Amino acid sequence: MSNLTREETDALIQEVLEVYPEKAKKDRAKHLAVNDQSVTQSKKCITSNRKSLPGVMTIRGCAYAGSRGVVWGPVKDMIHISHGPVGCGQYSRGGRRNYYVGTTGVNTFAEINFTSDFQEKDIVFGGDKKLAKAMEEIEGLFPLNKGISVQSECPIGLIGDDIEAVSKKAAAQYNKVVVPVRCEGFRGVSQSLGHHIANDAIRDYVLSNRDGKEFEGTPYDVTIIGDYNIGGDAWASRIFLEEMGLRVIAQWSGDGTIAEMENTPKAKLNLLHCYRSMNYISRHMEEKYGIPWMEYNFFGPTKIEESLRRIAAFFDDKIKEGAERVIAKYKPMMQAVVDKYKPRLQGKRVMLYIGGLRPRHVIGAYEDLGMEVVGTGYEFAHNDDYDRTIQEMGNATLLYDDVTGFELEEFVKRIKPDLVGSGIKEKYIYQKMGIPFRQMHSWDYSGPYHGYDGFAIFARDMDMTLNNPCWGKQTPPWKKTEATEEVKAAA
Amino acid sequence: MAKLRQCAIYGKGGIGKSTTTQNLVAALAEAGKKVMIVGCDPKADSTRLILHSKAQTTVMHLAAEAGSVEDLELDDVLSVGFGGVKCVESGGPEPGVGCAGRGVITAINFLEEEGAYDEDLDFVFYDVLGDVVCGGFAMPIRENKAQEIYIVCSGEMMAMYAANNIAKGIVKYANSGGVRLGGLICNSRNTDREDELIMALAAAMGTQMIHFVPRDNAVQHAEIRRMTVIEYDPTHKQADQYRQLAMKVLNNTKLVIPTPIEMEELEQLLMEFGIMEQEDESIVGQTAAQLNAGAAA
Repeated sequence: MSNLTREETDALIQEVLEVYPEKAKKDRAKHLAVNDQSVTQSKKCITSNRKSLPGVMTIRGCAYAGSRGVVWGPVKDMIHISHGPVGCGQYSRGGRRNYYVGTTGVNTFAEINFTSDFQEKDIVFGGDKKLAKAMEEIEGLFPLNKGISVQSECPIGLIGDDIEAVSKKAAAQYNKVVVPVRCEGFRGVSQSLGHHIANDAIRDYVLSNRDGKEFEGTPYDVTIIGDYNIGGDAWASRIFLEEMGLRVIAQWSGDGTIAEMENTPKAKLNLLHCYRSMNYISRHMEEKYGIPWMEYNFFGPTKIEESLRRIAAFFDDKIKEGAERVIAKYKPMMQAVVDKYKPRLQGKRVMLYIGGLRPRHVIGAYEDLGMEVVGTGYEFAHNDDYDRTIQEMGNATLLYDDVTGFELEEFVKRIKPDLVGSGIKEKYIYQKMGIPFRQMHSWDYSGPYHGYDGFAIFARDMDMTLNNPCWGKQTPPWKKTEATEEVKAAA
Repeated sequence: MAKLRQCAIYGKGGIGKSTTTQNLVAALAEAGKKVMIVGCDPKADSTRLILHSKAQTTVMHLAAEAGSVEDLELDDVLSVGFGGVKCVESGGPEPGVGCAGRGVITAINFLEEEGAYDEDLDFVFYDVLGDVVCGGFAMPIRENKAQEIYIVCSGEMMAMYAANNIAKGIVKYANSGGVRLGGLICNSRNTDREDELIMALAAAMGTQMIHFVPRDNAVQHAEIRRMTVIEYDPTHKQADQYRQLAMKVLNNTKLVIPTPIEMEELEQLLMEFGIMEQEDESIVGQTAAQLNAGAAA
């Protein structure tokens, strides 16, 4: 099916909005837009970071998810206490596939759920004593931990526990970093506020810990900020940054350590991958330490090359030459990937609905394979993210913010993409509709997708999903005719 | 067995809710009624005059010791005092930590599940913390709990203000659950024309002043001994006052949805009784220096 015109896309939005009651229609209309590259400010066409309407089946998370799950959780040598009842920590345990190196339970802890397991009595009498006790037990059972973070669940904010005081005392007692984080789930409209709160906690309890202390720096020290090492993404990025002559002194926070975070202010340049979740701390370091930061994109060879040259521009000729050397080295390998998969994927159309970065960042990788992204949207983006999206998307494509279950289904039915990329909650709906689907939060248990190594895996995964013979083998009940039944019976 | 009547006592902090409740309950017990008091205040001082104790061990403290409230038995939390009055304190945290409101909810749920109300009881009285600060302290007046509320007040402005605010809360639960206001109990502070004032307030709110309890030192004398007046000095005239209150509550049929009044109406009432001066709008926001300068000119 050919792409929709601007008028057709507009009409589609209007048609989908038609089913809503008046008030909901008015609200949802602001979150849906037809892309127009001539618009310079997204606020003129789309509204974001607003409270979701009840009943629309939003797939957003909460502030706790943003802090515990995204920003703090992957810091592997710290212990993150899910402070409150047991469920928040247990049902989100290990869900994000943040790979790390270490011996779990000995010197790394990211996959374990630590919780203060609140009971009635803790709500009534307060949980401060229990929190202190939990920290004491942690010190006894896991002495190689390098610090503790307290991730507040909802009740902590309701009963007014003084987690700051408990943390301060424990930090002095154990001579370790103990970070209280006020990321109660009811705060804000999505996980996005949790990212911000977590960033602020890093600013207040981590960043200045090694100010004035000796550090053997080099002129080529950089950090990777906002790469959560999902399926090994950060490793696949770090490998060629180092190959071009840079020294990566910290990874935030995938496979990250508290020591690396504390050393980050010694860097010459902060390389920011996920802008949405870690732009706050990057801006802070720019203000306080004068460290420049730069957004980069390591999805697909085109964006990688562009990013590497922009990164190299911050440094001397040695690094610039290094970048060219790396680009030249990988070019034939990438060409081989493209040669193999592009003929199988050329012209295929994709619709995405992901979190706060990938809805725009993966577009280039699809384009490298000859595919086109015809609709994209974010769960929890702000308007600065949409500003960055408009230019990446073709004219007359569809943008949807905090899309509802109904809207996305209707859009997919009408636009009929060859592939939908979203999360686990969407996966089976679209597969049952007969549409190839990839999970783009967890890489469908594959990955990495970042970097040169990642692109080869990305291309293979898209091919095996799209061109999987299963799509031609099944006849859904509504397409069954007597003829097909007879064939079956004969066989 | 007559139908169980559940009553909640509210009122401004320090107005004498616990003292009044326990004397009232003692008078009912004296009259042969079977009564239970449920203290809904973390201070746990709602049953001391009945039990002659400093503070009863509370449901929540016992639950914390045992591990959880499910580990408790009814006998652990229930004490019997003067006149066979059964006493329970919900308990809660010390000021400044945790959630006292949740403590009330947990304790009352526990009492229901354990069948504390199924026994042969005529009355349950909930003695509730000063103000309805959150949902937990409204627990006693939700559906299937207390159906009658009595507000203890006096002729002081803030006590009346609080009584009116409590009536607003009752309206909300009256519409959703069926709770009714039984009347105002005036616990006298010896202010001028106090009885008339409270009667006027009660009339304005669509209810009654069910009884005027005069101020008497006998209450303090008994309290020092951790006793009710009924028990300490049954022949004292103050004991008769509480007996009268008890009879009025026993025979009360005037259960209403209150009509709380606006702030202006309340101020008007106070002005009529000379408790409040007519407000002079010209002095609002003027500093002493500005007023002096104005007077000089």
